Amino acid sequence: MNGTDLWTLGVIVGLAVVTVVARSFFFISSQSWQLPDWAQRGLQYAPIAALSAVVIPEIITVQGELVSTWQDARLYAAAAGVAAYFWRRGVLTTILVGMAVYLPLRLALGW
Amino acid sequence: MFFRPTLYRRAEFWQGFRDLAPQAPGVAAWGLMTGVAMVKSGMSVFEAVAMTMLVFAGSSQLAAIPLLVAGAPAWVILATGFCVNLRFVVFSLHLRHYLMHLPRWQRMCHGYFTADITYVLFIRQYPQPGGTDAERTGQEAYLAGNYLLNWGSWIVASLLGVGLANLIPPEWGLGFAGILCLLGIQCSLASSRMRILSAAVAGVAAVVAYHLPLKLNIVVAIAVAVILCLTVEKIRAAPKVAA
Repeated sequence: MNGTDLWTLGVIVGLAVVTVVARSFFFISSQSWQLPDWAQRGLQYAPIAALSAVVIPEIITVQGELVSTWQDARLYAAAAGVAAYFWRRGVLTTILVGMAVYLPLRLALGW
Repeated sequence: MFFRPTLYRRAEFWQGFRDLAPQAPGVAAWGLMTGVAMVKSGMSVFEAVAMTMLVFAGSSQLAAIPLLVAGAPAWVILATGFCVNLRFVVFSLHLRHYLMHLPRWQRMCHGYFTADITYVLFIRQYPQPGGTDAERTGQEAYLAGNYLLNWGSWIVASLLGVGLANLIPPEWGLGFAGILCLLGIQCSLASSRMRILSAAVAGVAAVVAYHLPLKLNIVVAIAVAVILCLTVEKIRAAPKVAA
């Protein structure tokens, strides 16, 4: 853990290329062109699906097994975070409220 | 490109800079937290600094961390990063009309630096692309001034977070702040029932398919969610076409 390796650095450079390509996607080529219709509509749904696919297992599983106890700080922190988002409409609020629930449960109760 | 005098000598440059200022503390807080989360999730300080300086995309950085730690293959991590970044593809379709008169490397440079907030502020300031050369350069200057402050706030705060992370004991589990951040962004994208469906399907699929090798559950979950949403769209639209 916490050692630097070349493979990870390679992935980081790759992610930087992904940032450039995604942010310039439609103006890299000087020719005007369009995505097929299904792909354009798919753009609506892919970002939230990608986030959800990463986030949900990190909240409700331990190494892929569904959590078997209610004494898990992540569940309450995530619920509080979502509620906080819809209360104040801010990502920062989600983090602050979520951590305010997470840290006491984890540090005081060991959940 | 904020280093070009033709841009930073213009009033629009500083207008763009000032317009971002109220957002800068939020950007900085998010950057700080991303810096802490990178190190607390097991990345080395050098890796975390490289990621901050090069990738400059909070949501794809945070999404990549659990995959990197789990040892997922590079293409899965890059594909996930690209999917998280697809919102920028939509922005680029819009920004094309404002930037096409520039040489390609300049367009791509502007693209790289233009993250969510800059896009929103820029489009609000200039609903229409400029008609004359002077107008176009003014818009370009606004864009550059705006993203200079956004980028600066992000980089400085992230590096600070990377530095502070080592002072915080690992038992605190601060890496979880990164997940909460992604959860918040996910909420901000949940603007229609179909998108909520997409999130729900992807979340369930990612858990069900968790034990696939190579972290393929992520790719499978995205594919299942998008295909299902496109299918539902088609089924819901069909009766209207028939009528």
